[in-house]
Amino acid sequence: MDFWTTPVGWTLLTLGQILLVTVVLLLSVAFQIYGDRKIFAGVQMRKGPNVVGPFGLLQSFADLGKFLVKELIIPAGADRAVFLLAPLISVVLALGSWAVMPFAPGWVVANINVGVLYLFAFSSMGVYGIIMGGWASNSKYAFLGSLRSAAQMVSYEVSIGLIVITAILLSGSMSLQQIVVSQGGGFWNWNMFGGGLKNLPLMVVMIPMTVIFFISGLAETNRPPFDLPEAESELVAGYAVEYGSTPYLLFYLSEMSNILLMSMLLAVLFLGGWQAPFPTPFTASWPPTLVSLFAFFWLFIKTVAVFFANAMVRSVVPRYRYDQLMRLGWKIFLPTSLVAVAAVAGWRVFTSV
Amino acid sequence: MSFFSRIGQAAKGALLLDFIGAFGMGLRYMAAPKKTIMYPFEKGPLSPRFRGEHALRRYASGEERCIACKLCEAICPAQAITIEAEPRADGSRRTTRYDIDMTKCIYCGLCQEACPVDAIVEGPNFEFAVETREELFYDKDRLLANGDRWEREIAKNLELDAAYR
Repeated sequence: MDFWTTPVGWTLLTLGQILLVTVVLLLSVAFQIYGDRKIFAGVQMRKGPNVVGPFGLLQSFADLGKFLVKELIIPAGADRAVFLLAPLISVVLALGSWAVMPFAPGWVVANINVGVLYLFAFSSMGVYGIIMGGWASNSKYAFLGSLRSAAQMVSYEVSIGLIVITAILLSGSMSLQQIVVSQGGGFWNWNMFGGGLKNLPLMVVMIPMTVIFFISGLAETNRPPFDLPEAESELVAGYAVEYGSTPYLLFYLSEMSNILLMSMLLAVLFLGGWQAPFPTPFTASWPPTLVSLFAFFWLFIKTVAVFFANAMVRSVVPRYRYDQLMRLGWKIFLPTSLVAVAAVAGWRVFTSV
Repeated sequence: MSFFSRIGQAAKGALLLDFIGAFGMGLRYMAAPKKTIMYPFEKGPLSPRFRGEHALRRYASGEERCIACKLCEAICPAQAITIEAEPRADGSRRTTRYDIDMTKCIYCGLCQEACPVDAIVEGPNFEFAVETREELFYDKDRLLANGDRWEREIAKNLELDAAYR
């Protein structure tokens, strides 16, 4: 055990963890895209991908191969350096966000005490990748798409920030691991239900906050019904219109991984993360690895459930108009979440101790 | 809009009632039988009137039906048909050239309606994609070969549709 605490050992250990998280994440994204397409197809009474591999499970890998062998085209008049840098920035920020995500007790790459702020910083910087991609393409459609995307992400970032503050107030910590720990012991302790029996009246505030977080997450990740940046009837493919081959793959990858991140963040902040929905005294005698796997199982279930809702929204809700999108963000979500922050803060001040 | 109906509308939106209904509907449709046809292996039904690839038919004796009246050439709105005719050695009037430019054809079916002897018909075949443009300039040999190949289906379709002609 000594070796792992030396600088060399620590570096190797962390690199190993990063590699493990990245590989598992990329595999999850592959099957996430498959599941997304299957759900989309199911609602439309189609079969969806079912040719590559059993039940079409390998479809995403076939697509990956197709993207990798395609020719890389840089449009004339494009800013070459920025054009190629933009998808890299997007994907680095999308994968970097996963460093603070708590997967199970002790299973987190960087257990920093300002995990929430770190996530905010990374998701805000994600706009740069998109703006740079749209600008460097030297195309009106791409630029319009990137401007829309930036405006939309900035707008919803505000309400997401306020909503997350309610969860931070309830859990009393900015460390994601600590937020999850504070929600242990049963589903009534989840932040969605006010975080504990004595806070149960806060359910009235927190359940709407959970829903608003979900909807803002859709807008934040440019997911339908808020996929205006890539509304194909108006802007073809938005900021990605001039991209193809591997750079497009990177954009797509970062977008899908952000959707997964938002699903998991909702589970972590409001649905108790890796905590089981019932008290688990029987795990006290289990080996630590089994306990961690048991915890990861619950996080997995919750994330998949949130993502399923996400994919269903994509299938059944028609696209918002741009002014409706802005109205929803600034005139409904922002005041609502502001009032919620005040209510939760007041409750914490006047009831605790 | 009255005040109360606006309140009701807002409450309906805030409670996501429309979305929950649509969610349930989506789940119901997901459980419904799939409509997908696995195309190269399964094919959808075709009407007897389906207008696909052209064919020149023959009589049961093997004699070609076309009498070179050029009604199809005259009626073709896309001017895709070119016919040249001469009397044959036995004195009967036959075509020496019968070309259809399949890149011009709009599959309107006027040629088969104009034909007095049911010689030119549009058969049930729709899978005749080719790799070059030149392959779509059909000549008489190709059209007669099509007729020989699809005669059974064409005859059956003509019989099924005869009551409506």
